[in-house]
Amino acid sequence: MAFAIPIRKRVLPGFGLSLGISLFFVSLVLLLPVTGLVMQTADMGWGRFWQVVTDPRVVASYKVTLTAALIASLFNGVFGLLMAWILVRYDFWGKRLLDGLVDLPFALPTAVAGIALSALYAQSGWYGGFFEFFGVQVAYTPVGIMVAMAFTSVPFVVRTVQPVLEDLPLEDEEAASTLGASGSQIFRRIVLPAIWPAWVTGMALAFTRSLGEFGAIIFIAGNMPYVSEVTSLMIFVRLQEYDYAAASAIAAVILLASLTLLLSINIWQARFLRRLHGR
Amino acid sequence: MQHSRGIGQTPWVRLTLISVGVVFSVLFLLAPVVFIFQRALESGVGFYVQTLLDPYTRHAIMLTLLVAVVTIPVNLIFGVALAWLVTRFEFTGRKVLMTLIDIPFAVSPVVAGLLYLLLYGNQGWIGSWLDDRDIQLMFAWPGLIMVTIFVTCPFVARELIPLMQQQGTSEEEAGLTLGASGWQVFRHITLPNVRWALLYGVILTNARAMGEFGAVSVISGSIRGQTNTLALHVELLAQDFNIVAAFVSASLLAFLALVTLVAKSLIEWRETRRQQQEEQTA
Amino acid sequence: MSIEIRDVNKRFGDFVAVDNMNLSIGEGELTALLGPSGSGKTTLLRIIAGLEQQDSGRIHFYGEDTTDVHVSDRGVGFVFQHYALFRHMTVFENVAFGLTVKPRKERPSKEEIRERVMKVLKLVQLDWTAKRYPSQLSGGQRQRIALARALVIEPKVLLLDEPFGALDTKVRTELRRWLRRLHDEIHVTSVFVTHDQEEALEVSDRVVIMNQGRLEQQGTPEDIYDHPANAFVFDFLGNVNQFRAQVQQGQARVEGHALTQGSWPKDRNGEGLAYVRPYEVDVLKQPEGDDLLPATVELISIIGPTVRLELTAPGSEHLVHAEVPKSRFRPLGIQQGDQVWLRLNNSRVFLAGDVLPPVGS
Repeated sequence: MAFAIPIRKRVLPGFGLSLGISLFFVSLVLLLPVTGLVMQTADMGWGRFWQVVTDPRVVASYKVTLTAALIASLFNGVFGLLMAWILVRYDFWGKRLLDGLVDLPFALPTAVAGIALSALYAQSGWYGGFFEFFGVQVAYTPVGIMVAMAFTSVPFVVRTVQPVLEDLPLEDEEAASTLGASGSQIFRRIVLPAIWPAWVTGMALAFTRSLGEFGAIIFIAGNMPYVSEVTSLMIFVRLQEYDYAAASAIAAVILLASLTLLLSINIWQARFLRRLHGR
Repeated sequence: MQHSRGIGQTPWVRLTLISVGVVFSVLFLLAPVVFIFQRALESGVGFYVQTLLDPYTRHAIMLTLLVAVVTIPVNLIFGVALAWLVTRFEFTGRKVLMTLIDIPFAVSPVVAGLLYLLLYGNQGWIGSWLDDRDIQLMFAWPGLIMVTIFVTCPFVARELIPLMQQQGTSEEEAGLTLGASGWQVFRHITLPNVRWALLYGVILTNARAMGEFGAVSVISGSIRGQTNTLALHVELLAQDFNIVAAFVSASLLAFLALVTLVAKSLIEWRETRRQQQEEQTA
Repeated sequence: MSIEIRDVNKRFGDFVAVDNMNLSIGEGELTALLGPSGSGKTTLLRIIAGLEQQDSGRIHFYGEDTTDVHVSDRGVGFVFQHYALFRHMTVFENVAFGLTVKPRKERPSKEEIRERVMKVLKLVQLDWTAKRYPSQLSGGQRQRIALARALVIEPKVLLLDEPFGALDTKVRTELRRWLRRLHDEIHVTSVFVTHDQEEALEVSDRVVIMNQGRLEQQGTPEDIYDHPANAFVFDFLGNVNQFRAQVQQGQARVEGHALTQGSWPKDRNGEGLAYVRPYEVDVLKQPEGDDLLPATVELISIIGPTVRLELTAPGSEHLVHAEVPKSRFRPLGIQQGDQVWLRLNNSRVFLAGDVLPPVGS
């Protein structure tokens, strides 16, 4: 990384100091710890690495995690869009509370969410019996994982779509209706094209978060090998077997996947913003 | 704001969408929190208080507070420095730096914990060096703090950066032309302008620091009375099938979450009121 | 001379913002830096203030080299386009800021600060707003407070960046006349940046016209308006007709019709453009001489005492505008669509190579 002197000399003070603090912190807190992982995985050799990350139990956990995260994100795509829409477009009693409620999953510690959800969706809980009636078991199954992931990532879609919807000029919709477009046509041809980049971004963020979620899931998942184990948990399992190398290998896969996702989202957002501002 | 314009204003569409949103939010988001308090209090207030006074619970509370108290100032200094750097100067590597600080949000907390364990645990290259000198960071409170700093470091910077970008530099430049020194400008102009965002960043840092689970569970070893934070304590009690006690501890953290939400709403409410005032007079 | 700008250059990446600028600004004068957006005028102003560092060149204040003096020691009063009032301070605290941040030894006493702040607030006629916050003031009031804040430190020079740019037309006009009167009262050397030619011509003692980082022309407003140095200045001051013209042996012609009045290079031949202001265009019903240009009336609009005509004429790619007093227009009995004759008075012809000369006079 080339951190160079500022392109132009600025009159505002503190460049050196703030650069110093930031670089020191970023190196020490964010970058240095990665060296341990790199050394640990480098030691184990490609063959062993491949064996660990393609172990059937681990592969099963990839499938469970990806499927659950995908379904949870799609659910949040629908629910988040609905919430963003009613929070921006309608005035009703209790709207402020509802708006605050959306942030609850971010404020609530994941372990707390986890224990509450697992008890709530267990057969003896408020919801467990209800779902049982329809023959669906939520707690201690992959469905429980989806519920936990969906709960913890609710705010992403709402909070990315909301500002875009707020900025959408109502005149556009009015212009479309003077031209004879129906409500659903306006939604599809005027509203949706304006908000879909933010919508996709929100779902991608929710997906990323769901892939890494741990605290909320382990309470409700039941953690049955091959069935309801998420990949984060596999790291834990390997650690408990004191197999640090295997834990590192799985962590390296997760780390690479989430960094790729993060980078893609950032690039995608940057391109989208450039298009919006015409720069 | 005018809400009677645009599409979707037909009464039945409106009513349906609002009802679905409200009912779902209440059942899906609010109910778990209500449920926590209901379970925590189901054996009576006496049991609740007694559980809180349990020495292990008390220790978990103190440790949680300690972690937050150390984490907040560290991330405050970092967040302010980083926000100042990326919003006030143009330099190569600025975008890279802004992407780097998002890493803790994107990475699974378990991976975060593992990174620290591999480096500072007694098998790691720093950890073994420290081990030779009888310094143990992992499975001890310093490790909890270190990993919490990692997990919560983006919050302050993330709140400050958009605000400072939007406010621009002209007030600070005005301060300079009036003869103020760099420190005076920062202290009298920059800080007061961002104080609410700063406070909000601190509240978020605090909420996450106190509630973090995945990362600390990797490096804590969950030793009762030693390395057990409140969130870990909840899990430990649940594993003991001491469910009500687990919910008592959980209710403390849930209360913290509610306080966080109220504080957030107040700060936002204040901000929109200020903006409305400005729009009215401008 | 109170401000001397010598060989100043500034680039932002590939973009040349200020291109080898040399300029002297007279003591006590109110100077307008006028130019289109991107002409480098704001950058130059910020360089004078020390808010921007030039790549090369020097700045002198009253003979003293201030190039390496930091902005906070330079003693300039700077007024920002969007006021840059400190939003969390009252009006009083805003204006007092420059005095309260002085080092303890130089800092005036509390009473003196109070006195000086109230004095300058009275000067801008806003002493009654002292306890208010900037958000409670109108745009025009905010700008006057920003001015008061800059004046209270008794700056050596006052620099204003598009001071009226964010205001609506009516307030703008009032405020700029007020600024003119204020300047006549306090006589501090002032430079203000504007892209509005009317504002520059009305308010300032001197106008400096910039384009693409270079100086095009400087002079009194009257001078500049009556004798634009080149085609750019003519164009930029606006409200002017353009005709394709040829100069042959000391005679300028538009479409073969000789121009009788005006100025053009007498010693060179070539193609070029003739510039004529609308009120210098005579409209005639009959051809009375061979210096007349045929034209067709496209639109007649009567605005109070003046009649504005839009015409098509050979030699001009755009509509030709003419302004005639109503009293003179009426007797002619001209209707839309009529064929008429134009006489171009006081035209200025610039030859092709001279159309955008590198540096003005």
